[in-house]
Amino acid sequence: MSELVIDGLHARVGRQEILRGIDLRVGSGEVHAVMGPNGSGKSTLSHVIAGRPGYEVTAGTVRLDGVDLLGMRAWQRAQAGLFLALQYPIEVPGVTLVEALSEAFAAMGRDPAQVPALVAAEARSVGFDESFLARALNVDLSGGERKRCEIVQMGAIRPRIAVLDEIDSGLDVDALRAVARRVGELATQAGIGVLAITHYNRLLSELPVSTVHVLSAGRIVASGGPQLALELEGTGYVAYEEEARA
Amino acid sequence: MPVPESSNFNAQVVRSLPGPEWLRESRLASWEHFARSEMPRESEEIWRYSRIDELDLERYAPCPGGGAGRARVADLPAQLRGLVEAAGPDATVLVSRNGGPGEVVRPQSGLAVGPAPSGPFWQATEPLPVLAGPRADVWTALNGAFVNVPWRVMVAPGVAVGAPLVVVHWVEGAGAAVFPHLEVEVAEGASLQLVEVVASADADLLVVPLAQLGVGPGARLDFGHLQLLGAGAWELGNQVSRVARDATLRSMTVALGGEYARVRTDSVLEGPGGDSELLAAYLGGGQQMHDLRTVQLHAAPRTRSNLLFKGAVANKAHSVYSGLIRVEKGAKGTNAFQTNRNLVLSEGAQADSVPNLEIEDNDVRCSHASAVGPIDESQLFYLESRGVPTSTAELLIALGFLDDVLVRFPARGMRPGLRQAVAAKLSSVGLGERQATMPGTGVLSPDQGGGAGL
Repeated sequence: MSELVIDGLHARVGRQEILRGIDLRVGSGEVHAVMGPNGSGKSTLSHVIAGRPGYEVTAGTVRLDGVDLLGMRAWQRAQAGLFLALQYPIEVPGVTLVEALSEAFAAMGRDPAQVPALVAAEARSVGFDESFLARALNVDLSGGERKRCEIVQMGAIRPRIAVLDEIDSGLDVDALRAVARRVGELATQAGIGVLAITHYNRLLSELPVSTVHVLSAGRIVASGGPQLALELEGTGYVAYEEEARA
Repeated sequence: MPVPESSNFNAQVVRSLPGPEWLRESRLASWEHFARSEMPRESEEIWRYSRIDELDLERYAPCPGGGAGRARVADLPAQLRGLVEAAGPDATVLVSRNGGPGEVVRPQSGLAVGPAPSGPFWQATEPLPVLAGPRADVWTALNGAFVNVPWRVMVAPGVAVGAPLVVVHWVEGAGAAVFPHLEVEVAEGASLQLVEVVASADADLLVVPLAQLGVGPGARLDFGHLQLLGAGAWELGNQVSRVARDATLRSMTVALGGEYARVRTDSVLEGPGGDSELLAAYLGGGQQMHDLRTVQLHAAPRTRSNLLFKGAVANKAHSVYSGLIRVEKGAKGTNAFQTNRNLVLSEGAQADSVPNLEIEDNDVRCSHASAVGPIDESQLFYLESRGVPTSTAELLIALGFLDDVLVRFPARGMRPGLRQAVAAKLSSVGLGERQATMPGTGVLSPDQGGGAGL
């Protein structure tokens, strides 16, 4: 069993405090959704967990199985078992998916020779065109293809915990279904703990979500079962925003 | 400052060089041109940022006849031989040592390779003009004066040569001054893939190569200049191309080695509809300096040139790119583009980029762009977030950056070896933590960042 534990996390960009005390726990095989309006800190949360430069953590801890992630560089966090699917996957000209994952595997002490077959199988399972595998990462891919590519990588790497930052944005209905189904399988069958950050609840209807958290103005202001997402659908975030700023 | 009196470079030495009468006369004419010239100085714009003021010709001496005997493919260092043989089982290979006599293996029909003039050629046996004209620099004259064997390549009209031609100029001997010389004529409607390799072991030597490329009407030449000189070597190179009506030139320079390596590329679009693509990839480490100067000269209507030079510098290396697009009056409908991008991999490294336009006609489309910067932080983060260690991620990104050009290298079979050489060089300048899965890294042995890794 693995567990990602976030305690009292505060972070800022420049002088602006974006995260103002986040507490979250995600265990193996659990699927948590973090929902919130624009500007609530969703992407900041995912970036701070993964170690993207440009954010300053001012208080709190992020631990994976007791190991403090905040003192690590992004690649060390990845090797510790964390995966981040980016909202906007980045183009890396001249570097293919297989090359990148081969290096990651080798650095983790796994056999890089397995990567091509693993990646091909994952591509089939999420409907990612295998001919794209020979291309440079995310170059000339549509937004939807990039999202599928993130899930291909998640499936090949098999992290302990995966943070998915708006994996549903830019996807059409079929792509959303394929991505959500694969994420669900990876959670239930491979035991990956998932923290899915999203703006909309349409992802939630496709994912076996156990817990929904509402993020507003840098705080988790409510947590509950999947029905919380449906309530949000009706009420919107307004009530929570008032609460968060209070 | 005029050319200094020199015990190694003077008319007497020029006269003593062996060869047929026309060549001896041509050498003397070139020498007189050189002797009348001013020595280039860094204070001149075209030599700005260069290291030319450090050049002391007296440290070098020409090697008449190229040294010991006829060069053979089998004598090349194993790694270089492997790279050359990757050009394919049918590729024609010429190996010349110190610009001297050499061996031509696997000749192809319609392709003549030999010392100029040698027959049977399809055109006059008169030598091509050794001097490339006022547009090239003074080193072409020194090349013409001290050339050992003026190697000539000709493709008969209408012949599409099936396999590449690889010309290897192997250079050796501490203190040697070597003048590789290549004249190429691709006749009307013909096509050729040609790779020129200039390589040496680590040694204090001077190489002054000259390549003159003539692409006839409707012809096509894919040309690659691969510079794999060892640490300590100086290169002062010139490539001059003339592109005729509806002809196509694809030219690429790959510069990895040398201490100070300068290549000037002049592409003259002489005939309407001519098309010239100029590419380069260069990577320096240690204290190396790569210096690339280009001229895209549009002298005829409806001509097109497209230039993409990509460089990377690490450690304390320095690179310079300086390019000029010149569109002469009457060259209507010209399209000319110039892009130079540089990756700075260490804080102590430096890249200078100086693009220029000179346009005498108004019915033209021209653009130039240049960029100098470090590895993109978000690309680095992306690879790291997959578990790739920082230094390995930097190596992948830098390799990918240069690979954009390398994948267009003319002899397809040589591309993997070239990529391996670049990867090995990136390792040698301090990128990457391990090399086990880098495809093929280690084929060319890493060095201390100064040389080509051979």
